[in-house]
Amino acid sequence: MGALNQERIVLLIAVAIFVVAALALPDFLTPGNLIAIVRSISVLGILALGMGVVVIGRGIDLSMVAVMAMSVAWYLHLLNDGMADAAALGLTLAGVVAVGLANGFLVAYAEVPAIFVTLASGSFVFGFVRSQVISQDAVPVPLGHWMMDLGALRPGGIPADVYVFALMALAVWLFLRFTKWGRYVYFAGDNPVAARNAGIPVRPMLLLRYVLSALAAFAAGLLTAASLQSINSRVVNSTLLYDIVMVAVIGGIGLSGGKGGVRNVLIGAALIGLMLNAMTILQIPQLFQNLIKSGVLLAAIVVDGLLNPRDEQTAQQGDI
Amino acid sequence: MNFRERLQAWRYNLVPDHIIGEILQKRWTDNAIPFLALVVVVAAFGHAIPGFFGLDALQDSTRQLGEFILVVIGLTVVMLGGGIDLSVGAIFALGAFAAVACFFIFHLPVWVAWLAALGVGMLFGAANGYLVGYLRLRAFLTTLVTLIIGRAVYEILVVNFGVLVQLSDATSETWDFIGDGEALGLSVSMLAALALSVVVHIVLTRSRPGWHLLAVGGSRRSAHNAGIKVRSTVFYSYVFSGACAGSAGFLIAARLSGAGPNTGQGLEILALTASVVGGNSLGGGRGSVVKGLMGAVIVLVMTNGLIRLGYGTGSTQMVLGLLLAAAVTLDIRWLKNRHKVLNEVYVAPVYLALGEAPSALPGSGTPCALNNRLAQAEAIGLGDLEGPEDVILDRDDHLYCGTRHGEIVRFLAPDYTRSEVFAHVGGFPLGLTFDRDGNLLSCVGAMGLYSVSPDRKVTQLTAETRRSLTSIQDDARLRDPNDLDIAPDGKVYFTDSTKRYDAHDWMLDSIENRATGRLLVYDPATGTTRTLLDGYRYTNGVCLSHDGQSVLFCESWACRVHRYWIAGPRAGRVECVIRDMPGYPDNINRASDGSYWMAWLGMRTPAFDLSLRHPAMRKRMARRLPQDEWLFPNINTGGVVKFTDDGQITATWGDLGGESHAMVTSMREHKGYLYIGGILNNRIGRIRIEGADPTWDANTAYWGPRR
Repeated sequence: MGALNQERIVLLIAVAIFVVAALALPDFLTPGNLIAIVRSISVLGILALGMGVVVIGRGIDLSMVAVMAMSVAWYLHLLNDGMADAAALGLTLAGVVAVGLANGFLVAYAEVPAIFVTLASGSFVFGFVRSQVISQDAVPVPLGHWMMDLGALRPGGIPADVYVFALMALAVWLFLRFTKWGRYVYFAGDNPVAARNAGIPVRPMLLLRYVLSALAAFAAGLLTAASLQSINSRVVNSTLLYDIVMVAVIGGIGLSGGKGGVRNVLIGAALIGLMLNAMTILQIPQLFQNLIKSGVLLAAIVVDGLLNPRDEQTAQQGDI
Repeated sequence: MNFRERLQAWRYNLVPDHIIGEILQKRWTDNAIPFLALVVVVAAFGHAIPGFFGLDALQDSTRQLGEFILVVIGLTVVMLGGGIDLSVGAIFALGAFAAVACFFIFHLPVWVAWLAALGVGMLFGAANGYLVGYLRLRAFLTTLVTLIIGRAVYEILVVNFGVLVQLSDATSETWDFIGDGEALGLSVSMLAALALSVVVHIVLTRSRPGWHLLAVGGSRRSAHNAGIKVRSTVFYSYVFSGACAGSAGFLIAARLSGAGPNTGQGLEILALTASVVGGNSLGGGRGSVVKGLMGAVIVLVMTNGLIRLGYGTGSTQMVLGLLLAAAVTLDIRWLKNRHKVLNEVYVAPVYLALGEAPSALPGSGTPCALNNRLAQAEAIGLGDLEGPEDVILDRDDHLYCGTRHGEIVRFLAPDYTRSEVFAHVGGFPLGLTFDRDGNLLSCVGAMGLYSVSPDRKVTQLTAETRRSLTSIQDDARLRDPNDLDIAPDGKVYFTDSTKRYDAHDWMLDSIENRATGRLLVYDPATGTTRTLLDGYRYTNGVCLSHDGQSVLFCESWACRVHRYWIAGPRAGRVECVIRDMPGYPDNINRASDGSYWMAWLGMRTPAFDLSLRHPAMRKRMARRLPQDEWLFPNINTGGVVKFTDDGQITATWGDLGGESHAMVTSMREHKGYLYIGGILNNRIGRIRIEGADPTWDANTAYWGPRR
């Protein structure tokens, strides 16, 4: 049983769902549907990659959805106001990086727990942009903008989202696996104090991770806007955030940090994508889909807690 | 005294710097920032919105506030136990739906509706509690997920059964009264919130379950190791939070007579912000119901005020985000730096100019000149003892002393090579004395005045006196009881050296030199303790004069000996017997020839004397240097002096090499020998006194021959 860790259980379940769905659901095993599955999880997967990097470093970023929606809303708003594309993009990027830096600064230097920092910053980012910048919930992509073309781009019959997701997964994999800073993420997540004592710049690295997750959120937002021709700020109130956490956690990236990698994100994304697709084909209403998804997430957390139990003697005070 | 010194004396002796440190030590200072925020928020919105505090607006907002406070109290209790409950919004909604369903769909009585809401809340809370308490999952993530599950269930219910509620014709006066009515000028929800606040406050501060909860929140590991049932405590905190949120849901159901899809949406962030803004610590152990109430008012006034001021969608979230980030950051930084601030400001030195002392240099010819007599003392218990502050002998010649480990050790006569633990008291037993019945009384550092009977039974005589009116820190508690003696009428006169520092921090008191030492009396007949004198610089040794009319006591950091008259025409008055000695005095005891022995724990040095005239320098030193680099009084060369009733020093014994008795804190004459103790020493010294009465012992001198 020792070989049966969470990652493999999830992989087995995903394969089982795939097999059962392929046999039982007539429309499931068509190329069109398979592409739809992959496409449906590419945005979620990109967000989960950013979240994964943060979680491996023993953090969490609850501001990702707000950053994703509101940064793009701001960007589109600037474009609609007639600002030059480069200037608007630069300004938005600067804002995104600033949010990441602020998150990282409060976590690293003020030593505030990441969940509260990012909960607060997410609320602030949404509230600020919604009340001070944009006047309605949805902001459309201006006509003739490159995002229109990006949404319609289908090289080899596969949507551009999938390529972007694949490229980013590769990039994050290379970063985590083969770069010095990538390895630092694991050291800091595994044992921050030891990492600091060993001379690793733990605090600047924290800043880097939150900036990375904010950038991933921005990228995901651009893709969403490209495929929907607009961005709707109400997505912040949806359960998307929990889906991101779910994809990251369910694949086996432990919340206590230092474990997992891109492979786990891919497995988690595969499970969610298959599940959602199967449920949609089965015509399960959206309300029940939410219930089932959150039930699965709860099960994942329970299993995570049973597989990596927390010790009364070594648990950190205030680690909630 | 030149002008600069006079200025320093005024500045440091008249300005009560020490109050800052004492106020900072108070737990209620935590409330200062949230309270200020409350005042500012209420004033600002009251000013900006006309009629904001009008009767109608107030009536409506207090209903909302009552419900909100219920939720915040539940969340606060969970947070005090070291957890967090984000699912309160879902529980609130489900509770509302349960109440609505019972009342409108099933036409059940109102109390059943309330029980249903409560039951749903507790059940949901129990699920949270089981996952977080027993399975020990992470509270934040777990309750986040149960929040989503709860909301999903709620939305399904509302979509499917909402119509039934709207079509129902159920009415009830009780239901309407809970929703609209008021009693004593307050809405039902506000009354419920206030009643619950009082109950929870009492339970948290004055009952075992409350203390257990705070202990678990303060340090889960220590609570676990102390035998507190951590898991079930955490479990019940979530059940309680669920019950609160469920009841709040019942109240909003009665107020709105229905449950819409937005009921309880975002409530968890509002409640969390309220709890944290009020000053409840994340991670538990620090906080209170009052803080939760303050936070609830701040958050609700702000969010309602922003809506009333007409700010659009999102402004609430923006302000909440800012508020939450600021409150959490402030909380974390304050918790981390509070003790640093305290360390920096607590030591508040005062000015003192000690007078010129007679030289104590060997061979200087003054009565204070140290010799090397103590170096010749034979050692008792060498290496076995740690910190015999005081020594005493009983009528059977057995030798007793206290130790650093809180024990009173007895060395058996005649050769004092065998020893046993006579009694374990705890604390650090300092001054010792025998009463008329042979009970051994001791001033126990950090604990109080204790008595050990001959059959070794330990009883506490007193640990507190009346609190002085101007005190900020509770000075009723005896902090550093030091030495004692007993008058013929049985009253125990004893000193409490300082109100500012714990017993083991007596070194800090020497740096500060503030006059907070007391002379107290304990009357065994009535069991009461009274403060006789206050405001001396580290009161230390106490000894009843030979004629039994007065008590001699000394002031260590001012190098003085005083006499307090307890009988005769001058009863109640104090006079100074010796001033400006070259050493810092400690315990005083009777000598066989009608004079007194007094220990010098160390000798004055010109450098430290000078520093006493420069309080600013000592303050800087205490702030900027690590403690081991501070300038302290010299305690490496002490001694024993003999002085007469009129204050003449007649003999001075020292240990110039400092090998056996560098620091002397006590000595006791017994049958021609002098026994010497030192609080930092590892032995008791014994030395023959030439020409002393070889039959004299203190017990007989005090209480007459053995009966």
